[in-house]
Amino acid sequence: MATATANGATGPKLNHIGLPIVEYRGGKSTLCAGCGHNAISERIIDAMFEMGVEPERVMKMSGIGCSSKSPAYFMSRSFSFNSVHGRMPSVTTGAVLANRTMTALGVSGDGDSASIGMGQFVHLMRRNLPMIYIIEDNGVYGLTKGQFSATADIGSKLKTGVINDLQPIDTCALAIQLGATFVGRSFSGDKKQLLSMLKAAIAHQGTVMLDVISPCVTFNDHEGSTKSYKFLQDHDEPINEVGFVASFDDIEVDYDSGEVYDVEMHDGSQLRLRKLLEDYDPTDKAKAVRTLMEAQEKDEVLTGVFYIDTQKPTFIDQLNMVDEPLATLPESVTRPPKSALESLMANLQ
Amino acid sequence: MATGNLALGQEQGESSARPRIVNDFTINVATVNGSGSQSANSVLLKSIFGMGVPVSGKNLFPSNIAGLPTWFTIRASKDGYVARKRESEVLVALNPGTAREDALALPSGGVAIYEEYLDLKQYRDDVVFYPVPFDKLTAALCPEAKLRKLVKNMVYVGVVAQLLRIDLDVVKKCVQKQFAKKQKVFELNFGAVETGYEYARTNFTKQDPYCIEPMNQTQGQIIIDGNAACGMGAVFAGVTVVAWYPITPSTSLIEATTDLLKKFRVTPEGKATFAVVQAEDELAAIGMVLGAGWAGARSMTSTSGPGISLMAEFSGLGYYAEIPGVIFDVQRTGPSTGMPTRTQQSDLLSTAFLSHGDTRHPVLLPGSVKECFEFGYAAFDLAERMQTPVFVLTDLDLGMNNWMSEQFAYPEKPLDRGKVLTAQELEKLGSFARYRDVDGDAIGWRTLPGTMHPKAAYFTRGSGHNDGAAYTERPEEYQAVMERLARKFENARTMVPAPAAYRNGKSTIGFLAYGSTDFAMRESLDQIEKEHGQSVDYMRIRAYPFAHEIHDFVASHERVYVVEQNRDAQMASLLKLDLPAEQVVKLRSVLHYNGLPIDARSISEEFRTKEGL
Repeated sequence: MATATANGATGPKLNHIGLPIVEYRGGKSTLCAGCGHNAISERIIDAMFEMGVEPERVMKMSGIGCSSKSPAYFMSRSFSFNSVHGRMPSVTTGAVLANRTMTALGVSGDGDSASIGMGQFVHLMRRNLPMIYIIEDNGVYGLTKGQFSATADIGSKLKTGVINDLQPIDTCALAIQLGATFVGRSFSGDKKQLLSMLKAAIAHQGTVMLDVISPCVTFNDHEGSTKSYKFLQDHDEPINEVGFVASFDDIEVDYDSGEVYDVEMHDGSQLRLRKLLEDYDPTDKAKAVRTLMEAQEKDEVLTGVFYIDTQKPTFIDQLNMVDEPLATLPESVTRPPKSALESLMANLQ
Repeated sequence: MATGNLALGQEQGESSARPRIVNDFTINVATVNGSGSQSANSVLLKSIFGMGVPVSGKNLFPSNIAGLPTWFTIRASKDGYVARKRESEVLVALNPGTAREDALALPSGGVAIYEEYLDLKQYRDDVVFYPVPFDKLTAALCPEAKLRKLVKNMVYVGVVAQLLRIDLDVVKKCVQKQFAKKQKVFELNFGAVETGYEYARTNFTKQDPYCIEPMNQTQGQIIIDGNAACGMGAVFAGVTVVAWYPITPSTSLIEATTDLLKKFRVTPEGKATFAVVQAEDELAAIGMVLGAGWAGARSMTSTSGPGISLMAEFSGLGYYAEIPGVIFDVQRTGPSTGMPTRTQQSDLLSTAFLSHGDTRHPVLLPGSVKECFEFGYAAFDLAERMQTPVFVLTDLDLGMNNWMSEQFAYPEKPLDRGKVLTAQELEKLGSFARYRDVDGDAIGWRTLPGTMHPKAAYFTRGSGHNDGAAYTERPEEYQAVMERLARKFENARTMVPAPAAYRNGKSTIGFLAYGSTDFAMRESLDQIEKEHGQSVDYMRIRAYPFAHEIHDFVASHERVYVVEQNRDAQMASLLKLDLPAEQVVKLRSVLHYNGLPIDARSISEEFRTKEGL
């Protein structure tokens, strides 16, 4: 890691913009001990720290639910908006339009995205709005005490013995089909993979959709659950090994092996996907969706980067907006001059 | 064309013994939706306007793309009355489906200009008939069958112009303006006008009393619809983020806004200084507005009827988390889907309290197109100053119909971007508490995302919070924020547009009205004066929360009639919540809620009945 150290050998490690990791921490979590969401918060802190993102340049967006509370538990120096249930996508869209220079990180849950928020979720994906969209996916509603969500797998069992027999919504397959340009799945317990994916997500321009399986220790971590730590340890099938080399890292990248898929990111960073599944091409939409559907039939939980497109224009590109934030454009730019009104009046006579 | 002479020649041959009725009647053009009569009606309206005669137009159209009946009424009024009038004296009947009904609706002595084969003479004999073979004339004029439907409309413009003595040169100018960029289209259309004009001149002797004569009452005036005026207001407020979902009758507000943004807000490099997003629904539209408002942009949406209901949850978030945003609500007839192309003032109560919990919103009530423009930009200042969603309530009548107006004046004051702390100011202060009332105005200071200071960030949430924006479930902390919000709303009484008193102190009887009701209200005051010899007082409410002047007005009258266009007396109800108990008993309601714009006669009659005159 290319992290600078403080002058004194005993000082804390500083990142390349000179901040210690403590500047990326948040408030104390009020989620259950062992909740997967806490681990994800930790990885977000690590990724932002290691990427040297200025905390004030980050907008933490969320909806409602356990997952949506978590932005309070990381990056206190970042601006945060805990909005209404299922509507984080629209709020984020407005915020990014107002200030395109910010990094938007949205945290949602499987209920917040796949049920009440499905309408906004799909439309965000098709706009390719520049943002990182994380679904902390545990298959249940936690705050209302353990009802199934729409990502619960068929045959999955609640603590009460109720079995889900409805088709789960695969948010990754949907996101790929709808136009998100960086789509992957990870597991809150896989530190290395999740960290690499988050760092690549920060470097990406466009909608990043990461579905992170995040076991609910209170309501969905028992025998018979398909979103438990145990189940994931047994069924997690990485599709590729995700490596990430930031643009400021002083590491040589070799481009030789046919087993490795290298992606050059906008900021010059390198995303390295070592193939674990034969013939998998993360730029092939149709194949990505088919692979996900086949895995579901085999009860496998595929993880890794499923799809990436670094060329597609973002929503901001399509709106052809000025580079500066719209929010702070001066009055001289935003209010047309008196002559403009006079010409309009003349035309209406 | 030497129209003046021709018209004179006709005049000499007139046989009518009735006194002429000049510049004081209504034309009703009955057509079929989708027949493209909009341009023709607009030309007719603007021609009368061009003659210097006060005029207003109303499009009574169905919620349908093509095929259902539609009526366009044009009222010429030398006295300047622009409200709907119940009866139309001059009918242009082009819709076979409603021709009989339309003819029977004419007052005795009225005029029927109609497609010859409709044979309206069979229904009555007390009106003047001018049958015109429109289809035949049009076929000869326009070989291209596809265009005939449109060209036919211009033929009736010519016929009407000749019969009512509208100057053909004025009509020509209006047609030119209508088709400014397309010479061929102009030629085809004006050719049709001339054909109609010639047909009328050579075939009819004028037997009716209705005439347009030149006046000078429209000099320097403009014609515009309220939606376009609101959009213009938003653009001159410097709006940067617009999110919306199509819905009648508010869609044209966004279209007007977008057109102006494209015209005035593109940099020399071709980059937009704005973003317009057609959202997936109204929930997303207002979500985007609040996201943008939170991040510091001037943001707006526009909606109607069901759309405003869908915005309820987010409106509460905007109120409680204190986020600016402007929501235009062009009201239509409810409840539910209601009648999407008919007008009403029935969203007042739901908008004032939109969302669950103790929630209140400032509501601006423009009563003219000029105020659509003025409140359109003032709403953004108010929203950012108060850090709250502000609603601008217009309605279909004001929003989609053409209104005469004096010209709009350029805003005098610079934009008020409200209480926003910069990094430098924050550095001086050392820290800040987002929701703390440090100035005694019940409004906290906010920072915008991206403010480069380690203490700049705060946590925005719709959940319980204290004045430092931290999550709380402590009773006293929650209640302190709610009480400050109440104070902030109370203070808004003097921040919103003050009421307009037209007549005050002359009578023990007062009228209160708002929005588009004003047009009929003013005409009714004249009727009441003329017919009952009573000069009653009138104050127009222009916003909620209510200014103290409104309390004073009620207090200084014995009886106060609240005139509005809804069934449930929504303004009167809102007043009752606000007024001292002893004042409430003074309120009486005059209500109109059939979907048509209110007319003066309805107000006058209700007043007469209630007063026992």
